[in-house]
Amino acid sequence: MPEINKLKRIASQIRRDIIRMVHGAGSGHPGGSLGCADFLTAMYFDILDHNPSAFKPDAIGEDLLVVSNGHISPVLYSALARSGYFPVEELSTFRKLNSRLQGHPATLEKLPGIRIATGSLGQGLSVSIGIALAKKLNSDPKTVYCFMGDGELDEGQVWEAVTYAGAKKTDNLVAVVDYNKKQIDGPTDEVMPLLDLRAKFEAFGWKVIEMNGNSMEDVIARMQEAKSCLGNQQAVMVLMHTEMGAGVDFMTGTHKWHGVAPNDEQAANALSQLEETLGDF
Amino acid sequence: MKEFKVIDYRDTRSGFGDALLELGKTNPGVVALCADLTGSLKMNAFAEAFPDRFFQVGIAEANMMGIAAGLTIGGYIPFTGTFANFSTARVYDQIRQSIAYSEKNVKICASHAGLTLGEDGASHQTLEDIGMMKMLPGMTVINPCDYNQTRQATLAVAEHHGPVYLRFGRPKVPNFIPSDFEFTIGKALQLRQGSDVSIFATGHLVWHALEAQKMLTEKGISAEVINIHTIKPLDEETILESVQKTGCVVTAEEHEKNGGLGDSIAQLLAEKYPVPVEYVAVDDRFGQSGKPDELLGFYGLDAPNIVSAAGRAIARK
Repeated sequence: MPEINKLKRIASQIRRDIIRMVHGAGSGHPGGSLGCADFLTAMYFDILDHNPSAFKPDAIGEDLLVVSNGHISPVLYSALARSGYFPVEELSTFRKLNSRLQGHPATLEKLPGIRIATGSLGQGLSVSIGIALAKKLNSDPKTVYCFMGDGELDEGQVWEAVTYAGAKKTDNLVAVVDYNKKQIDGPTDEVMPLLDLRAKFEAFGWKVIEMNGNSMEDVIARMQEAKSCLGNQQAVMVLMHTEMGAGVDFMTGTHKWHGVAPNDEQAANALSQLEETLGDF
Repeated sequence: MKEFKVIDYRDTRSGFGDALLELGKTNPGVVALCADLTGSLKMNAFAEAFPDRFFQVGIAEANMMGIAAGLTIGGYIPFTGTFANFSTARVYDQIRQSIAYSEKNVKICASHAGLTLGEDGASHQTLEDIGMMKMLPGMTVINPCDYNQTRQATLAVAEHHGPVYLRFGRPKVPNFIPSDFEFTIGKALQLRQGSDVSIFATGHLVWHALEAQKMLTEKGISAEVINIHTIKPLDEETILESVQKTGCVVTAEEHEKNGGLGDSIAQLLAEKYPVPVEYVAVDDRFGQSGKPDELLGFYGLDAPNIVSAAGRAIARK
């Protein structure tokens, strides 16, 4: 599958970008970013029907992805730049004064690819429903995707939104949960157990699909399956099993790299594990 | 300058509801959302006439604010409706991040503001909302004074691009602004000319300020009454022009002293033209159950209190 191999090579570069951006800024969130690098790569380079070189804030006639867990901004910015929304060199300004690449995604700086500020958790699914409703009013057949963290599901607003989309059958919406079972203070099973997520979402009326978020083959297959379920009087929820820190051995199996930047030595070690495939910024 | 007469007694929320229906007919971009208070917000007529453009979200105000923000991305002009407390304090971070910081064209329409919702008591009587909303960068804050002005303001905010907080109330109150009066966001209205004291009033207290002006005239005091319907952006030019003439100020609002209209005016004057300022506002207290007029009297917000404040302001000149 040459296409899959190409996506895997892009994901490797995006992982390098994440390490170099967070190391360069001396702050940021590498763990979750690495864990969902395969998913963001698949979305921006395969699944989304979009036009990165001519960014349309209203997204009319295009698919779009709302990243509600804004702290994974390194992987989002890299995927946006590498897919053509803005120059790759701009990644070096991440989290620095007067950058368009704010610590968490924002619209004030007019960064192409960003349509809503996120970072304060729990708000993106509601916004995604609003965009989905606008698409229905506009007879726009394109799809709204929303990405959330699993720790984010602690927020009450998420369940207001889950209630709405389930009850009102928002069937042009796909939500994806980064189910890495870790949050800042530790494993979700210790901080706030999520219990049976599949059963919870199904009880709210959603179609639920499970996916291995660190297998490019499975991401492509399952996201295509999600797409095929749209327009069927049900919102679609993808539980994406991932490993926080995936791709860098010492960043996996722990929640410690949620929001910590690597030092020089750690960054060099991480980069030695990730092939440079598209040229570093 | 002709005297203002009571045209009829109407609730300001009906001015909102009637204008929303008009907007439904004239502006296909206008959509509305409500958190299970459609009747209280007078949004039924819009909901019945335009069911595809009305979204009942249930008692889930945070979700409502997010959905509204999303609707703007697709090009719509959402009007959200719930009580003022649930339009602000309950959803402050949703408004801050998804609407204000994201520069979304959402009209946050808030009924039952202040003490005059009456018997429901302090759980529902927000007196902090103007302060919270005016602190958000880019937010326009409007508190119209009667039915006609609320109707005009509702029509005006649909034409204004950017987030707006539109605050109105529950009880039937004097409707006195002529329906053909000019309404411009950010432009204060001089209702009475005077030379001894400037009374700057907003919302329901504008009528009380006009009553106070008559009482002051009987005492030989010439009071200027200016209706500040837009608290942010503040009409600095009109305020400074009046104060340069009168030399002292009374502010009147159905809101906490902290963070309200009075504070906005005091801040302006401290920087540009310091003069004595007396506040007619609630002083660091919560409200309570009661009849609207009883509450205004109890908390010191009625015409006699405005008259007393004018006397104090003039004495400090």
